[in-house]
Amino acid sequence: MSASTTAPGAPEVYFDPVRQAHRRKRARRDALVGMASLLGFVLVVGFAISRTSGWPLVQETFFNGSEFIATFPGLLDAFLLNVRIFLIAEPLILIIGLLVALARDLRSPLLLPLRVLATLYVDIFRGVPTILVIFLLGFGVPALQLQGVPNNAVFWGTAALVLSYGAYVAEVFRAGIGSVHSSQRMAARSLGLTSLQTSRYVILPQAVRNVVPPLLNDFISLQKDTALVSVLGPIEVLRQAQIDASSTFNYTAYVGAALIFIALTIPMTRFADWVQARMRKRRTMAGTA
Amino acid sequence: MTDTLIDISGVWKAFDDHSVLRGLDLSVDRHEAVVLIGASGSGKSTLLRCVNGLENVDAGHITLDGNLDVTGFKTDMDVVRRRIGIVFQSYNLFPHMTVLDNVTLSPRKVLKRSAAECRDQAMTLLQRFGLAAKASDYPDRLSGGQAQRVAIVRALAMEPELMLFDEITSALDPLLVGEVLDAVRELKEGGLTLIMATHEMGFAREVADRVCFLDAGVVLEQGTPAAVFGSPQEEKTKEFLARILK
Repeated sequence: MSASTTAPGAPEVYFDPVRQAHRRKRARRDALVGMASLLGFVLVVGFAISRTSGWPLVQETFFNGSEFIATFPGLLDAFLLNVRIFLIAEPLILIIGLLVALARDLRSPLLLPLRVLATLYVDIFRGVPTILVIFLLGFGVPALQLQGVPNNAVFWGTAALVLSYGAYVAEVFRAGIGSVHSSQRMAARSLGLTSLQTSRYVILPQAVRNVVPPLLNDFISLQKDTALVSVLGPIEVLRQAQIDASSTFNYTAYVGAALIFIALTIPMTRFADWVQARMRKRRTMAGTA
Repeated sequence: MTDTLIDISGVWKAFDDHSVLRGLDLSVDRHEAVVLIGASGSGKSTLLRCVNGLENVDAGHITLDGNLDVTGFKTDMDVVRRRIGIVFQSYNLFPHMTVLDNVTLSPRKVLKRSAAECRDQAMTLLQRFGLAAKASDYPDRLSGGQAQRVAIVRALAMEPELMLFDEITSALDPLLVGEVLDAVRELKEGGLTLIMATHEMGFAREVADRVCFLDAGVVLEQGTPAAVFGSPQEEKTKEFLARILK
């Protein structure tokens, strides 16, 4: 369709060599100035901090090398529990979130109870602090001493996270469904697709794509909130750091735990960016070959 | 005896308390191409939407092929829409699917045909409308004219008995209108029954078997293009044509 209007033999693109050299020079200069400025800033701030009278005590308390070496392996070990909680909670949250989002948009009068339940669930668990839910389930349910119900702290801590985050993710999915223009549903229905088929093949795929970035954001938040389970007693990374710190009155272990969380969340945020970029590219580049 | 495909009688349709259709009657024969003209708000789009059940009528009846009551309380609208195709002004292609998947989705899921069969049928149709090379592209790689032709092919893949076109060239760059109208012309020559709302008077004159002028929710005047364009009887028709043809 887009027939080239240039004369045969003419190049597709053409840059004036002088202009191009100028551009390159300017880019090189900008990079150099930026680096020098950043380096200068770091040196000045670092020097200023290290010269303050309190710095040696701060360093001793939070950035103690030997303490770090002593506690870090134990922290990593304890972090495996956080990872396990996260890996179990995440898929459950996605499933609950999607089902609740779909239930809230049901139109059939017969299914009104489902719709009301889903709405109540979201209202309640979005309104209650996560840590309160953890206390309520983690201490409350075992206190009932029910037959056949686990009274394991990790189990109830994870359940509380799933319930709390499920409500958030349900709202994210619902926003995604709402972001698909109504003309898409109309077009699908006009082709004879049923309401269910329209949701399954036309609305949901677009909705999920639209909410991948906010979903990844919630995952990052969940990774951090696995530390809340520590209030129930299981030795995950925050609990371990707390044990280390309280035995030596040195807080390097907390900094170590913080580093472990950062080491996981930063790649996750970069991954979120990458997914978005790839989605854009895939949709605009497909089939150009 | 005429062979009526769609019979619209006494249809009323209001939005809030404003009636857009006011007891409209229209019947279209098999293989006939009917063009609806009229000012914006005269009810063209609403009529088309009522015909394939995207809007519920307030009163009146629409019957397809003498046996399917589109306006019946117990009618399965999915059955109606399988038999009546519609193309919109804004294409409404599914942006997350390739052109081929856009075209095959409905035949696969609604008519339960095999993927291979749907693919072959889709490729034949895309070929016919000069779109075969675009089969694996996503809709955002298409020009407006290509997108609208894909929308036509997508509707055709359901093998409808009646096609509705709702101002399908209104959103297009003037240079791209021709290719879409060519597609409609081809369908008309193939004998498909069609009802088309349009502002393209030249095209209406050339392709229509009958032109209907809608005004205030009724068909005010109808006849062959030569009659309606050449010697309109109603004052309002004359006014409308004078404004749009000047």
